[in-house]
Amino acid sequence: MRRRRRDIQEINAGSMADIAFLLLIFFLMTTTTSVDTGLLRRLPPMPDASQRTDGVDVRRRNVLELSLDGNDRLSVGSRQTDASTLKDAVKEFVRNPSDDVLKSEKEMKAIDGLGMYPVSKAVISLQHARSTSYKAYVEVQNEVAAAFHDLRDTLALSHFGKAYALLDADRQRSIRQAIPQNISEAEPADVDVKKERR
Amino acid sequence: MKFTRKYGRAQQGFATSALPDVIFMLLFFFMTAATRREPDRLVAFTLPEASQAARIERKHVGGYIYVGTPLEAYQPQRGGGVQIQLNDAFREASDIAGFIAAERGAAYPSGSRALTVSLKIDEDVRMGVVSDIKQELRRADALIVVYSTSNKLK
Repeated sequence: MRRRRRDIQEINAGSMADIAFLLLIFFLMTTTTSVDTGLLRRLPPMPDASQRTDGVDVRRRNVLELSLDGNDRLSVGSRQTDASTLKDAVKEFVRNPSDDVLKSEKEMKAIDGLGMYPVSKAVISLQHARSTSYKAYVEVQNEVAAAFHDLRDTLALSHFGKAYALLDADRQRSIRQAIPQNISEAEPADVDVKKERR
Repeated sequence: MKFTRKYGRAQQGFATSALPDVIFMLLFFFMTAATRREPDRLVAFTLPEASQAARIERKHVGGYIYVGTPLEAYQPQRGGGVQIQLNDAFREASDIAGFIAAERGAAYPSGSRALTVSLKIDEDVRMGVVSDIKQELRRADALIVVYSTSNKLK
């Protein structure tokens, strides 16, 4: 009689640990999903007062000028376009397959793992007005990043047979050297105001 | 009779063998939660979308700068215009240098320069405000920034 009663009241405590771990894992999963996502960029260092004169000499043909005016209208060079065609324009400018004299120059450089590779000297210059919206700015940044991402992926696939993101750190560095992402963030110039002054 | 009753009551105590697990679980939870502390939001913002956004571990981020319109509760004092929030208070762009110095001191007592600053900016904010912040960051030598975006699946 006594023994049977004891059997009924015993709770199996062995699985408590499992439940605890399950909860622990659940909390871990739910808290790590809140990692930040964003576009990582390095701002140019502040020029010294002594270095005010233009030290960097970038040839005109190597600069792709993107500008956003105060009403979020995008122009590439002097031509007005929209963000959907920007990615291809940037890719075309950097790759310059037909060695167009109006697009970026290339320089042969020895790169670990790739041998001699024509590295583009392209610089993407992003100009915006003070009244441009942040949304438009991020959209352009994103399209430029997408263009470089595509270029790097193409090179990674043709040389290493794998997408850029799947390569090891050394090979990723080689790819980054072969296709450097040079984005120059010009200081804000009010495109509208300039136009009005003229 | 009395003895059996007492014995039965003793049986009703619950098993304490899992208590350490529960305690460890709480410990781990608070450990992870503590490193992810973000200040309370005083401003509302909708982050812009980007398909190329990279995942950035919170532990690498040294400071957060929020830009947006004040929450309704603060609108009577602050108005409905765009405001900058640093830590737990409304600030001006000129306060960023001091904020960076403090965050850098807290994150890297040895004086490392590589401090990542996460910019959480509403998509409707004008770039003038953003450039002012960027200029202040350059002046404070905090050059690595993250333009925080919301996830958008490709």
